[in-house]
Amino acid sequence: MKLSLIAATLLLSMTGTAVARDLSTFTLVVKNHVYQPDELKVPAGTKFKLIVRNEDPTPEEFESTDFNREKIVLPNSSITVYVGPLRAGSYGFFGDFHQATAQGRLIAE
Amino acid sequence: MLGVALLVFREVMEAALIVSIVCAATRGVARRGWFVTAGIGLGIAGALLVAMGASLIARLASGSGQEIFNACVLLSAVLMIGWHVVWMSRHGRELAQHMGAVGSAVRAGSSSLTLLLAVVAIAVLREGSEIVLFLYGMVIGGIGAVGLAGGIALGVGSGALLGFALYFGLLRIPMKHFFTVTNGMLVLLASGLASTAARFLVQGDLLPSWGTQVWDTSGLLSNGSLAGQTLGILIGYDAHPSGIQLVFYATTLLLLVVGMQRLSRTSPSPSPRMRSPLADPASESLR
Repeated sequence: MKLSLIAATLLLSMTGTAVARDLSTFTLVVKNHVYQPDELKVPAGTKFKLIVRNEDPTPEEFESTDFNREKIVLPNSSITVYVGPLRAGSYGFFGDFHQATAQGRLIAE
Repeated sequence: MLGVALLVFREVMEAALIVSIVCAATRGVARRGWFVTAGIGLGIAGALLVAMGASLIARLASGSGQEIFNACVLLSAVLMIGWHVVWMSRHGRELAQHMGAVGSAVRAGSSSLTLLLAVVAIAVLREGSEIVLFLYGMVIGGIGAVGLAGGIALGVGSGALLGFALYFGLLRIPMKHFFTVTNGMLVLLASGLASTAARFLVQGDLLPSWGTQVWDTSGLLSNGSLAGQTLGILIGYDAHPSGIQLVFYATTLLLLVVGMQRLSRTSPSPSPRMRSPLADPASESLR
């Protein structure tokens, strides 16, 4: 019974990778524990790629409870996170390791 | 110091809730304390290894290594919890009977206990590796030793306290219902972990989302709040889940519930080897 779960997972993952190639890409930069830009306009109703580049010498975790994402970004490296499709609206994100300064929003429209 | 304490607290709390449910679920099994301690120790060692290998993991699978790693870790926890609850539906009654009998060691418990040791280790490993990376960053950023040690102590202390509170709260459940409740909690825990695993796979574009934000209850209870986070661990609460998360949640829940019922129905009475001298399990109550 667990095997069938694994099999289903594998199957789904194969169909999943086939989807969504030519996605629009947006970039965020973390520097001095601050996001640049701190407000990013993204399209509503479609999936997109978000690249987060960490230019600090310390690790950061890109996280959003508004659009359910979390991923570690190591020092001087970047990550790709797939987001959406989102409904039109404003979605907060933050750097989990520096919440006091690393705050930003996605504006889906 | 407060920033350190807060992050450490939130991560420790997540692990502590899982560990306390496991502790309650293995009540009465011989050498349980040893197993749980070993699990926590292994988890901490694993967390250090994961943190050290973070850049390697990040590079795997063309950048989706982190998502795959997280999903695999979570799904293996789901499998082990699943195995345990199904096993318990067979032997739980036996365990409840032996409880409190002087010097009674439940022999059959150890194989299932090994699985739960792994679950404890996995929970500590996952949350612990984040703490390690965070603290590493703090040290590079030049935090003082007092702020660091104080923050860790405060965060670990209060996180563990919450775990203990849940554990002792669970112990107050009458013996008659005890394993039904803890098994139910394990099933919900496993379903929630499966749903989180699906979320990671969607994040890495490895699974279709089948609808993002199927509903949105973030106005009532957001994922970021303490209550939302606690419920997220305990029952897999998500304020705006994607469709595939619901599928993973429901599938896990269904498989485990059906598995438990099948096994307890096919073995209405314990096997002769396991049979207890006490006739009625309900009559044997600790409290």
